[in-house]
Amino acid sequence: MGVYVLRRLLYAVPILIGVNLLTFVLFFVVNAPDDMARMQLGEKRVTPEAVQLWKQAHGYDKPLLFNATTTGIAQFTDTIFFDKSVRLFAFQFGASDDGRNIGADIAQRMWPSLAIALPVLIVGLAVNISVALGLALLRATYVDIGSVVVLVALLSISGLFYIIGGQFVLSKLLHLAPISGYDTGLNALKFLVLPVLIGVISGIGAGTRWYRTLFLEEISKDYVRTARAKGLSETRVLVRHVLGNALIPILTGVVVVLPLLFMGSLLTESFFGIPGLGSYTIDAISNQDFAIVRSMVFLGAVLYILGLILTDFSYALVDPRIRLQ
Amino acid sequence: MPLIPVILWTDALVFVLIALALGFGIYAAHHEHLRAPWRRVLRSPVGMVTLLVLGGYALIGVFDTVHVRLKLETSASTAPDAPAQYAPDVMSLLDLALNDLRTQQEKTYSAPFATHLFVKEAIEQPDGSLNRAYSRLQFGGRNLHDADAERAADIATRTLIGALKGLIAWAFVSAGWLWWLARRRGESLTRVAAEVRAGQTALPWRTALITLGVLFLLGFIAAELAASYHIFGTDKVGEDVFYQTLKSVRTGLLIGTLTTLVMLPAALLLGIAAGYFRGWVDDLIQYLYTTLNAIPGVLLIAAAILMLQVYMTNHADEFTSVVERADLRLLFLCLILGVTSWTGLCRLLRGEALKLREVEYVQAALALGVGHFTILTRHILPNVMHIVLMTLVLDFSGLVLAEAVLSYVNIGVDPTMNSWGNMINSARLELAREPVVWWSLAAAFSFMFILVLAANLFADVVRDAFDPRLRTVH
Repeated sequence: MGVYVLRRLLYAVPILIGVNLLTFVLFFVVNAPDDMARMQLGEKRVTPEAVQLWKQAHGYDKPLLFNATTTGIAQFTDTIFFDKSVRLFAFQFGASDDGRNIGADIAQRMWPSLAIALPVLIVGLAVNISVALGLALLRATYVDIGSVVVLVALLSISGLFYIIGGQFVLSKLLHLAPISGYDTGLNALKFLVLPVLIGVISGIGAGTRWYRTLFLEEISKDYVRTARAKGLSETRVLVRHVLGNALIPILTGVVVVLPLLFMGSLLTESFFGIPGLGSYTIDAISNQDFAIVRSMVFLGAVLYILGLILTDFSYALVDPRIRLQ
Repeated sequence: MPLIPVILWTDALVFVLIALALGFGIYAAHHEHLRAPWRRVLRSPVGMVTLLVLGGYALIGVFDTVHVRLKLETSASTAPDAPAQYAPDVMSLLDLALNDLRTQQEKTYSAPFATHLFVKEAIEQPDGSLNRAYSRLQFGGRNLHDADAERAADIATRTLIGALKGLIAWAFVSAGWLWWLARRRGESLTRVAAEVRAGQTALPWRTALITLGVLFLLGFIAAELAASYHIFGTDKVGEDVFYQTLKSVRTGLLIGTLTTLVMLPAALLLGIAAGYFRGWVDDLIQYLYTTLNAIPGVLLIAAAILMLQVYMTNHADEFTSVVERADLRLLFLCLILGVTSWTGLCRLLRGEALKLREVEYVQAALALGVGHFTILTRHILPNVMHIVLMTLVLDFSGLVLAEAVLSYVNIGVDPTMNSWGNMINSARLELAREPVVWWSLAAAFSFMFILVLAANLFADVVRDAFDPRLRTVH
């Protein structure tokens, strides 16, 4: 087990290096820091001095890969590549373009993101699985066929519509919840209800349809026929046997997104004014803050790989046929 | 010639796509094993209806893809043999067809079918005093003298006239269709008509003709009404929302199809190579797509679009027109969306190639000394094409929805380009107004919903028809 963990972790290293190199090329080679400075300073005719000053203030005034002006190891460490890219491996995100500490911001903002994303995931799972199980029980009846059409219609609606429509109907017309905002501690609850509700509703279409397919696939297997032949009731077959076995793909699908929950949802957070990582990213994109976008790309990749590793473990935990070697 | 054609980058790719589709269609028509699944698609009423709806969208999109520049009027002072001057703005055939809608701008918001502006304006009275009132629209219902009294009757008459025109056109098309069916089968027209009416034909022609009838009715009524009203109202700067919605069709279709198309060569090449050659080639390709997959899609798109913006601001002089710049940005967006979505297809192709490699006929070809290239093109490639097709169809709806989200985050298509995402983005704050300005959002969401719903239902039918494994499950 220990060896396996180590090997999986080591396997993640080249991928992270790849992500890092890719972002470096994207942010510093495709466009030189000079271009970035001119864009940020915004004016058509920017003096070279102003560009120089901006680069100095943000630490972009070093050579890209190799610094010939110093000696020894500093030739490699006193460069943009080391400062902006290599340091990410130690989670030193540096300062954003307006001078704030990105690492501290992320540590503070990931909790509101989680406060939305985790309830959406859990409630959504419960709702989707129960509805899908019900449809599997009623399979090939008019209820099932009609529901599938409704599900396809639900998943064809833009996520933006759910948010805009939900905000409009529930907050503006019915005054059931505040339109947007956030508070600390328990006071946050009333701000969380609406985004969580809308998050769950917008996920019903795709989620339920997917779980229904999983259940139906499982139902056509031999062990289900055996269970029925033993004289078990259909409900018991579904809940005890089908649900148990279908939980394996469901679980692994959930585990892979668990770490990414910290990243939050771009749309929900920006519409509801939640100070999480999603709205952080959106603000960075609209302010063209390259340092933050770069950090979030790296963080996202780390969390994704973490999700992959966790998936492998969860497979081994729930499915006795799989052993980690 | 009064106009010269202009081919933008995305136009060229659309033409390539159409050529590919036609080529594949002709090829498939001559091969029974390729024809069979498509016949299954058409036999399903849902498949037939959604195909016709998608066809309607595609027609609008294609009309909007043929771009031209109009010849300028020559004034008397220029020499008669002077080279012709062409207008700088690029227009599509759709623009020309909807010229009235495009040019008839009001001052600001007006509700659907309104005859007056949505907001009060200071109007100067004959005696010089100012009076705040809803002023008459310049174009909406301009043929009416007494707007309030005549409007309802006028709308009703126009709807009736539109419906009548639509019915007549539909009758002609259906008659032609039935005649063609009868000729092909060598039966009498009355008999074929009776069969179609009873729904006894192998392909659901009755459903098809009814769908066509509904589309014709809606189209003709909309055309008749749009001639003198803003049927979806006007937006903040007074532009007709119906026109914007129709123009957005092309953007949605392009994002949905070109994204898969532009990344297809890479996904095919790498996916098949990884599965077929295995070993270090497989390791390398797997590493490549795991790395790309590791970056959350939105962030990769954001990073790439930010970099594109930096490039475009610093090289502003390389783009001759706004349309050209918006077009290149659209193409780039397709590319970068493709980079984030090709990995799924690549993984599927790899798995399929791994399986196909061990199949007897490939092993036999290997044993007989057939080269790798021939095996790949003759044996592997044709047997993975159904995966490519299904990916193209299944990804479409997701990509159309993604466009709206990305445009909302400002990393989608160019802000000057008509797209449902841009419409939603610019209209979403208007829900906070009192009374509510809802029509831009409603128009964009409903057009997008119909397209995505049709695409999703069609994708289900296609998947059922092409995937033999799924057929046994049901």
